Amino acid sequence: MTPLEQLPIWAALPAALLVVVGAAMALIGSVGLLRLRSFYERVHAPTLATSMGMACVLLASMIVFSVLQTRLVLHELLIAFFMIVTTPVTLMLLARAALYRDRTEESDQVPLLSTPSGSPEAEMAAPDGAEAVEER
Amino acid sequence: MTALLPAAILVAQLMLGLAMACATFRVLRGPRAQDRVLGLDTLYVNGMLLMLTFGMRFGSTHYFEAALVIGLLGFVSTTALAKFLMRGEVIE
Repeated sequence: MTPLEQLPIWAALPAALLVVVGAAMALIGSVGLLRLRSFYERVHAPTLATSMGMACVLLASMIVFSVLQTRLVLHELLIAFFMIVTTPVTLMLLARAALYRDRTEESDQVPLLSTPSGSPEAEMAAPDGAEAVEER
Repeated sequence: MTALLPAAILVAQLMLGLAMACATFRVLRGPRAQDRVLGLDTLYVNGMLLMLTFGMRFGSTHYFEAALVIGLLGFVSTTALAKFLMRGEVIE
């Protein structure tokens, strides 16, 4: 009924394999996002979906559309290029923001900057974290 | 074996739906704001992959444009939220 069923087997087999592997990678990344304990471990997990999962699904899409339209369809490369460029930027920005928040709150999950006393960090934490300043 | 690819796409869509449920759970239950933003970013990526599988299933390239827009909006929203997390603390 769908145009997919007219696809020859030599194209359907790799496309099916790639789409299942890509979705499984995305699922593994999301389960990792759910299961890992701290934020700095969790920030690694979704990169499985954005690198391997995206590459597999886009390859399968390229195969399917190239065979269906009997010409080379490469516009999926646009998404691939865009995701490869933007994912490290967003995740590094997010990790830096999280590090900044943890440091201003004097959390014990991250190592503090080993700056001498009178650093801007100590002054910033002074109003509500008096006991943290006394430790220094 | 003509039904191989539709069955594979159905399985992939179920897995991607489950992945989106995991990300939604992290958005709802994230202990801190950065966990919620990370869950939202994962939700966007999984939604984009789901759009691509829908495009393959129905043999239409319109879903590709929707996936491209979802990818763009995910990048912009995650960057904006990360900047807000960084600057909101400074104002406090």
